[in-house]
Amino acid sequence: MQFESLDPRVNRLRLVRTNEAFDVGHEMDQWQTWEVFHQQARGDQHRHVGIVHAPTAEMALLFAKEQYARRMKCVNLWVVRTADVYASEYEDADMFEPAFDKSYRESFGYTQTRARIDEYRKAQGLTTPAAAETEKQAEPVAAKTTVKKAGIVIGKKK
Amino acid sequence: MNTEALKDLLFRLADDDLVIGHRNSEWTGIGPVLEEDIAFASMAQDCVGHAQSYYTLIHELGEADPDRLAFHRSEKDFRSCHLVEQPIGDYAFSLIRHFLYDLAKQVRLEALTQSSYAPLAQLADRIRREHKYARMHATTWVRQLAAGSDEARLRLQSALNEAYPMALGLFESTDFTETLAAEGVQPAESVLQSRWQQLLEQTLAGTGLSLPGDFDAAAYMGGRKGYHSEHLGPMLAEMTEVYALDPEAVW
Repeated sequence: MQFESLDPRVNRLRLVRTNEAFDVGHEMDQWQTWEVFHQQARGDQHRHVGIVHAPTAEMALLFAKEQYARRMKCVNLWVVRTADVYASEYEDADMFEPAFDKSYRESFGYTQTRARIDEYRKAQGLTTPAAAETEKQAEPVAAKTTVKKAGIVIGKKK
Repeated sequence: MNTEALKDLLFRLADDDLVIGHRNSEWTGIGPVLEEDIAFASMAQDCVGHAQSYYTLIHELGEADPDRLAFHRSEKDFRSCHLVEQPIGDYAFSLIRHFLYDLAKQVRLEALTQSSYAPLAQLADRIRREHKYARMHATTWVRQLAAGSDEARLRLQSALNEAYPMALGLFESTDFTETLAAEGVQPAESVLQSRWQQLLEQTLAGTGLSLPGDFDAAAYMGGRKGYHSEHLGPMLAEMTEVYALDPEAVW
């Protein structure tokens, strides 16, 4: 019996309805997978965006373009064979857990270093290089407010 | 500049892109693999977009708006060639048609960037960039499959034997071919055809595929004058089905 659909394209395929069990396929009957990395602008880091199935690197690039570069700006794509990725084991995930508080190592700590140096210099009555730079470019009042504001915020946190 | 000649060319460009865009979109959801389904559908959509921008140029020359031109013209007013009108067939046929069509489109777009009609030259330059992918897609697939099994190569070759004579209809001359060339709008069809032929031979070199030597292309001519294959009518009926329910509806 022919399969009937509301979609004329499906009817044109003249599919026959059978009672046979659907063949779910077997392992490795698909093309290998490739990891896709996307670069938004020259000089930016390539970011992992997903996976495509493809028989060769060239074909993977072909598919990756439509899969992952269609809806956002892109200047360059990389594809890397998934099998070439050497990964750590989830069993070893505990090695990433710090035994003690090492939050000072987290990246936010470094973002405050500059502000702390400026604060110290100000307290010592030294000109901060950042303030000197801003004063040269912007109106003196605006520049002073910025420096002061940064100092107060850090001060309060402590 | 001869406006009738310009419109003749623009209708050919627009109708070919609209018809093949619609045909290729018929693969959406039933493509051979997911990734290819998405890529093919996306290129089909690009093609319809190119048609829309050509219809806009025609509209600027005093014709109806792009939607009306696409959905509200009779079959005999279409200027598409027989190649693009054919049903999708099997994937080998659709792929080979895409290959023949998009290599021809590349040759034509390159020539049109030098057109004396500035709006067309600018549009061709914009389309040409996006079209680079379609060309890469077609060439990569054909080379990949031709390097595969005997069955793959045989199926491609048989699709090529079938589609190549039809593709010659892309370069059918019209009453305006000479005027367009004389005014520098576009080189003569025969000039474009020989550039395409050269590009095809270069691209197929080393693939084991060859262009058929024995064929009759006469049966596939006439599209540029409104004489179409039996496939265009039913396709247009299906394509315009929803539009025809209420042509004045606002989307």
